[in-house]
Amino acid sequence: MSTTVYVPRDAGALSLGAEEVARAISTEARKRRQDVRIVRNGSRGMYWLEPLVEVATPNGRQAYGPVHASDVPSLFESGFLSGGKHALHQGLTEAIPYFAGQQRVTFARVGISDPVSVADYEAHDGFKGLRQALTMAPADIVKAVTESGLRGRGGAAFPTGIKWQTVHDQKTPRKYVTCNADEGDSGTFADRMLMEGDPLTLIEGMTIAGIAVGAAQGYIYLRVEYPHSYRTLNEAIANAYQAGYLGDDVLGSGKRFDLEVRLGAGAYICGEETSMLESLEGKRGEIRVRPPLPAIKGLFGQPTIVNNVISLASVPVILQRGAAFYRDFGVGKSRGTLPIQLAGNIKRGGLIERAFGISLRELLYDYGGGTISGRPIRAIQVGGPLGAYMPASQFDTAVDYEALSGIGALLGHGGIVVFDDTVDMARMARYAMEFCAIESCGKCTPCRVGSTRGTELIDRIMKGVDREQNLHLLEELCETMLQGSLCGLGGMTPFPVQSALKHFREDFEGRTRH
Amino acid sequence: MSQPSISPSERAPLTPAQRDAVQRVLDAHRSRPGPLLEVLHGVQTALGFIPPAAVPLIAEDLNLSRAEVHGVVTFYHYFRGQPAGRHMVRVCRAESCQAAGGDALVEHAKRRLGIDLHQTTADGRFSLDPVYCLGNCACSPAIMIGEELHGRVSAERFDTLIAECEP
Repeated sequence: MSTTVYVPRDAGALSLGAEEVARAISTEARKRRQDVRIVRNGSRGMYWLEPLVEVATPNGRQAYGPVHASDVPSLFESGFLSGGKHALHQGLTEAIPYFAGQQRVTFARVGISDPVSVADYEAHDGFKGLRQALTMAPADIVKAVTESGLRGRGGAAFPTGIKWQTVHDQKTPRKYVTCNADEGDSGTFADRMLMEGDPLTLIEGMTIAGIAVGAAQGYIYLRVEYPHSYRTLNEAIANAYQAGYLGDDVLGSGKRFDLEVRLGAGAYICGEETSMLESLEGKRGEIRVRPPLPAIKGLFGQPTIVNNVISLASVPVILQRGAAFYRDFGVGKSRGTLPIQLAGNIKRGGLIERAFGISLRELLYDYGGGTISGRPIRAIQVGGPLGAYMPASQFDTAVDYEALSGIGALLGHGGIVVFDDTVDMARMARYAMEFCAIESCGKCTPCRVGSTRGTELIDRIMKGVDREQNLHLLEELCETMLQGSLCGLGGMTPFPVQSALKHFREDFEGRTRH
Repeated sequence: MSQPSISPSERAPLTPAQRDAVQRVLDAHRSRPGPLLEVLHGVQTALGFIPPAAVPLIAEDLNLSRAEVHGVVTFYHYFRGQPAGRHMVRVCRAESCQAAGGDALVEHAKRRLGIDLHQTTADGRFSLDPVYCLGNCACSPAIMIGEELHGRVSAERFDTLIAECEP
């Protein structure tokens, strides 16, 4: 009888040698005449254990990690194919505390099933949401999404159902469903993990969206930095077509939904929805002035849904298990679960899907285990390059859209970047301005020019040139960018700068710390 | 980042092989909605860069102005108007990698390859570009060589990876 061994095909796992490990297991099995079937799954999201090799046993999946190709012969020696003891043995995967405490709803299948196998997807509740949706009136699908309380997971947190309703209500023959997979925020990788670990969920979510609003064409706008996601998505889409889940007649319903992946070309701004639409049309990714909203006049001038990967991938379970199931997770106006990503200088980096309401402290210390450098955490940046820097005194804040915005921070796409006490916050503030200057689309002046002036000001402040005066100017510049920019890039770049000024002033004043 | 004003490749007309490659890409994509980015990706994949002499050809075929095509090529960091080295090394400069020693890795990469960011080694073996997030932030610092992603890259590991690249 053959033993099933799982070795991730997730880009993060591959970046640590998963391909070599898979090859070594296959070679060693042949040499020992052992019957091994290798499944290339997604990542479980415990990156400090990657490459994480799992073996299917009658008691459940046994985890070994982090495995290097050179560990493979000794794994066979210790009988890992039947869950044998080994220095890298982590016990049952789902009993690892980091994993056991999670609430995997959107990521229920990630790391478990074969990402591109339709049969495996169906065996793990796949396409049940779509089947349910096909029995419903489009307006009821929209209603279910609205009632679930799902808000846009890309960062803006706009209620997904309301967006869908607007597109649904437009009386035009041509509409589009677009997925924003331009996950450019540093510290985030949830979209990537999902696209590489369970792309069929995204495909299912987009198909449901198409049926709900009457759109027959979907586009996934994927960043070019994700070549592994590109391959996995295209493989999964081809398999979904083959199995009749995409195309002219979705599951014999008479409804058409076509889907293709389009590649970006290394522009952070294209994560802004109107800029993404310009890019999808083959133009420079310059933002559009709103109104009109994309839901009314979007791609090629037609009503268009623009949703993030995680928003769309949360839709199948909402349809399958009902709006209340999803809404029952979370707190206040933040309903459901959020895949939180721990990154930067962190001991146990990875993805933690939990209901809203968990505290940052629990994430940083109980899950993350503090810094990898062993030094104290001095600052964290939540929500990507446009998110505020937070000091330790704010770590008891809950992961909740309102709680974070209440203290002038933002949750964004749920990424947390950890810095130890060697960080120079003036440099980080300078970087925020520099990044804005590099990535500005150039359409509005506060962003295009303000970001460059901002870097220069911080340079002068760091050199001690007219410090007080320049600090004052920097604060005024931040206010101008905040009030006067057309979109979130220029309008939010001040957040990391202002928060660094507020909480880590000493770094700008040439005072020595400690 | 200043670019040399006019490099020889910018003046060079397309070779017959290059012209054929551009034509094939256009044939494959012209009937798709909003095809320009797809076309540019196709050309860069086929030729390694987007020769300036291809711009008028693309513009005419897609019924766009040269300015529009040039504008798109230059807007996106990924598209390049000059050939790259045989191995494109992208080093992440974003916050997560900075928090894990990314700045030092960027400096090491420059020293090891003897070039600055946005440059190509004299032997044409390596190009070094900055990148702003590779989505490998739980394994920072990260680099990408060609389409191969690498995580937790120390200076030593960087040297090993570079040495493993074909000459």
